[in-house]
Amino acid sequence: MRRFALIAVPYLWLLALFLVPFLIVMKISLSDIALAIPPYTPKLDLTGGWDAVTSFFKALDFENFEFLTSDDLYWKAYLSSFKIALISTVLALLIGYPIAYSMARAAPEWRPTLLMLVILPFWTSFLIRVYAWMGILSNEGLLNQFLLWTGLISEPLTILNTNTAVYIGIVYTYLPFMILPIYSTLEKMDDSLLEAAEDLGCSRTSAFWLITVPLSKTGIIAGCFLVFIPTLGEFVIPSLLGGSQTLMIGKVLWEEFFNNRDWPVASAVAIILLLILIIPIILFQRNEQKQREMEG
Amino acid sequence: MKRFTWFNVTALTLGFAFLYLPMVILVIYSFNESKLVTVWAGFSTKWYGELLQNEAFLNAAWVTIKVAVFSSTLATVLGTMAAYVLVRANRFKGRTLFSGMIYAPLVMPEVITGLSLLLLFIGIGLDRGVLTIVLAHTTFAMCYVSVVVSSRLVSFDRSLEEAALDLGCSPWQAFRLVTLPIIAPAVISGWLLAFTLSLDDLVIASFTAGPSATTLPIKIFSAVRLGVSPEINALSTIMIAIVTVGVISASLISKQASLKQQRDEQAAARG
Amino acid sequence: MAQEPLFEPWNDPSEKPLIQFKNVTKRFGDFIAIDDLTQDIYEKEFFALLGPSGCGKTTMMRMLGGFETPTSGTISIAGQDMNNVPPNKRAVNMMFQSYALFPHLSIYENIAFGLRRTDMAKDAIDARVNEMLKLTRLEKFAQRKPHQISGGQRQRVALARSLAKAPKLLLLDEPLGALDKKLRQDTQFELMDIQEKTGTTFVIVTHDQEEAMTVASRVAVMDEGRIIQVATPDAIYEAPNSTYVADFIGDVNLIKGTAELRVSSKPAEQTTPETLEAPADPFVDDTPRPQPNKLGEWLHDKVLSPIIGERDEPIKRLPPPSAAELTATPEVTSDIPEGGIALNWSDQHPAIIVSNGDEAQDGKALTFAIRPEKLNIAKDKPDAANALQGTVIDIAYLGNVSTYHVELKGGQMIKAQMANARRLAKRDITWEDTVWVSFTDTAGVLLER
Repeated sequence: MRRFALIAVPYLWLLALFLVPFLIVMKISLSDIALAIPPYTPKLDLTGGWDAVTSFFKALDFENFEFLTSDDLYWKAYLSSFKIALISTVLALLIGYPIAYSMARAAPEWRPTLLMLVILPFWTSFLIRVYAWMGILSNEGLLNQFLLWTGLISEPLTILNTNTAVYIGIVYTYLPFMILPIYSTLEKMDDSLLEAAEDLGCSRTSAFWLITVPLSKTGIIAGCFLVFIPTLGEFVIPSLLGGSQTLMIGKVLWEEFFNNRDWPVASAVAIILLLILIIPIILFQRNEQKQREMEG
Repeated sequence: MKRFTWFNVTALTLGFAFLYLPMVILVIYSFNESKLVTVWAGFSTKWYGELLQNEAFLNAAWVTIKVAVFSSTLATVLGTMAAYVLVRANRFKGRTLFSGMIYAPLVMPEVITGLSLLLLFIGIGLDRGVLTIVLAHTTFAMCYVSVVVSSRLVSFDRSLEEAALDLGCSPWQAFRLVTLPIIAPAVISGWLLAFTLSLDDLVIASFTAGPSATTLPIKIFSAVRLGVSPEINALSTIMIAIVTVGVISASLISKQASLKQQRDEQAAARG
Repeated sequence: MAQEPLFEPWNDPSEKPLIQFKNVTKRFGDFIAIDDLTQDIYEKEFFALLGPSGCGKTTMMRMLGGFETPTSGTISIAGQDMNNVPPNKRAVNMMFQSYALFPHLSIYENIAFGLRRTDMAKDAIDARVNEMLKLTRLEKFAQRKPHQISGGQRQRVALARSLAKAPKLLLLDEPLGALDKKLRQDTQFELMDIQEKTGTTFVIVTHDQEEAMTVASRVAVMDEGRIIQVATPDAIYEAPNSTYVADFIGDVNLIKGTAELRVSSKPAEQTTPETLEAPADPFVDDTPRPQPNKLGEWLHDKVLSPIIGERDEPIKRLPPPSAAELTATPEVTSDIPEGGIALNWSDQHPAIIVSNGDEAQDGKALTFAIRPEKLNIAKDKPDAANALQGTVIDIAYLGNVSTYHVELKGGQMIKAQMANARRLAKRDITWEDTVWVSFTDTAGVLLER
């Protein structure tokens, strides 16, 4: 009985506040927009009996999804989100790997401190960290002031409200997610492996590529997914740092919902986004499982 | 460390400069006299004063804290239960769905979570306000809590619970007197995580908040959209300071505790 | 382990068992952990469950503790069916393999934990805890936390905690597994001492046969969910009922063969094994014999061999047995009591005579089991009931004893253990020697399975 309650309470909570809302989104994505409150049709009226239910299902269709394919705004937004997420992930890897590597090479008594320095930004507000870049990247911002002062440029660069600013913002906020998994695989690596490789005739560089990188593969994969997955549906960064030409699906969804009040289309956008996300999520899970198995 | 080279030093210096410079600049400019955030016009704390006069911000902050306290506490209870179920109850109907529902919100884009919850609240005719934000935050935070707690529970020596039962505890007493005190650090960090997530959340709160309740991130977001403002700098500085002090003292306390434990164990080994 | 007066409740039909397993089966999915097991355990017994990992011994104990319920069958304690009694409602306490000391509570609070779950008065609890601290010599450590004491002390805390409620039955799950060898031996005696003082029934699970033999009043040897044999430690050792038990407990030589009833012309009781055993020790007669040769041997070794080369091998070795010698073997056995069983096992060796063999075993395929220390080894053919010739392949010197690995003709390997009563230098059997392995007609047992 007690066991039943233990399972039932969180289970019912998640059913009611996760699964049911999700089903509602699916249902609305099949409905039509209407000038009503709530602004969609049909609505399920259980008092109408079986006929009402059948006519309700008859009224559902894939019109919104067809609409998404007809208007190139949407598929461009998906494509552009995908591109931005991919490029940001690669940039985060290029910046994050040397940091993680150097942390793992640092003296053991330094490592907890370095680790804490990586985790600390994670606890500070995401919004504030994005906001901090607005002052730096603006036309009269500190970066431009600095570049003008050094004489590298003669006119201020436009960075804020471009895709470049979005890349900077994403890499900056998600960098800890890249560093931590890579660091944890590198830290476990046995130094004598490198010594053995050198003993067998590897140069330091080739030992790095032949030993260190393959051994940190699971960390790299985990880090990449941890950056890629949330970036795909990102909203805050493109809307604060990006410009009007920055197309990201999270932003489109937001605008569709709040500005156009087209709930059915917003729901359809969400469903497609989830379908796109399922593949990387499954790959990520598989990578995690492999890592767990390796650790035994 | 023999392989600690100039490369490592450079990578770490540049890396941490990248991570911390923007925040340092933000903090410095919060003490700027000028309204123009990019021009230094002398030291001043006047923006902090103005911030404290700003009713709208203070109200939003109060709402945010209320929401965070309630939702993180609720999320900790539910998340710990869920973790217990995940780790201990091996076979029951719908276990796959259950673990799926625990892990899905972790990777679900916030816009989708927010949208779906909003549609639910409208569907059942629940007025949007503090309650709906608490419900929404509890739902996604409990998943984080259950992940943190279950990672501790997995390594928990089950025979401790069996020993408690063996010595006459009811299952609930065994949990309260043995399991809970031992997994307490994980439960506390789960609560802190849930609290921070709730304080920090903009997207889900935007969907589920009504006109009656605005949280601080919503307030900051709408202010920031119009551009950089020194008041927001001051607010950010306060938030950064609180987090920094909190995280550093927490890590110092846990480090001290583990050092003491190590010393004790060495002493015990010597006899 | 000698107990006085003789403690053997299992042989007393009027004695009621404390614990009864009746046709207990436990399945985990497809895996059968306990297979239709029936067993009685008596009050004040120190009962050991011995077996390799996965044999079901831990499952049996966890069912007694209430952590597992039988799939079928019943377990009763003091006549009460325990199948639906949860662990916290049982007068049974358990000492866990990991000790399971509560890390957040002091030693004192750990011991008091079980007492505080009862309606015992505060000062009564205090008195009882202090009594337990004294019993386990932990008074000094009462206020420490578990991580502040050593492994041996932790083991004693676990014992004190599980005994504090004065349970009818104490279960010990590999209680000494985490201790090093020296400490383990000391603790074994301490356990026996405490068991005797408190009069509690102990059931211990172990995979260490030495530990089971030392502490237990009865040992149950388990394999694949079944109890193979239950007996006192000496009976288990001297009279195993199967090759599995013989092999699991200690070292044993196993020889497979076919039984043949020995024709009994004289009544069997005419002979006693004692008179036969006396001449079986060849060293007693041996010692004076080599002496006249000592000088010659010395001359040969020190004077002649440097001149004429290597020491002559055949001198050291016995001449190979002549055909006459081999055929003469049955004549030697004419001294042996008739009756019992002869085991035909090799056409190059005489049959093994086992006078304690059961006549009903006639014609069956049997295994002869004999402990290495029951074998004698000599260079000259001894006058014994059984003597087998072979070559020394290996000698393992273990300090107090040496184990000789002898390969009999036909390839059968035999281990013989001899006490090192004499100094090593004087050992006169060495590698490659041809030797006689001998044993009396009652030294081994014939096993059917």
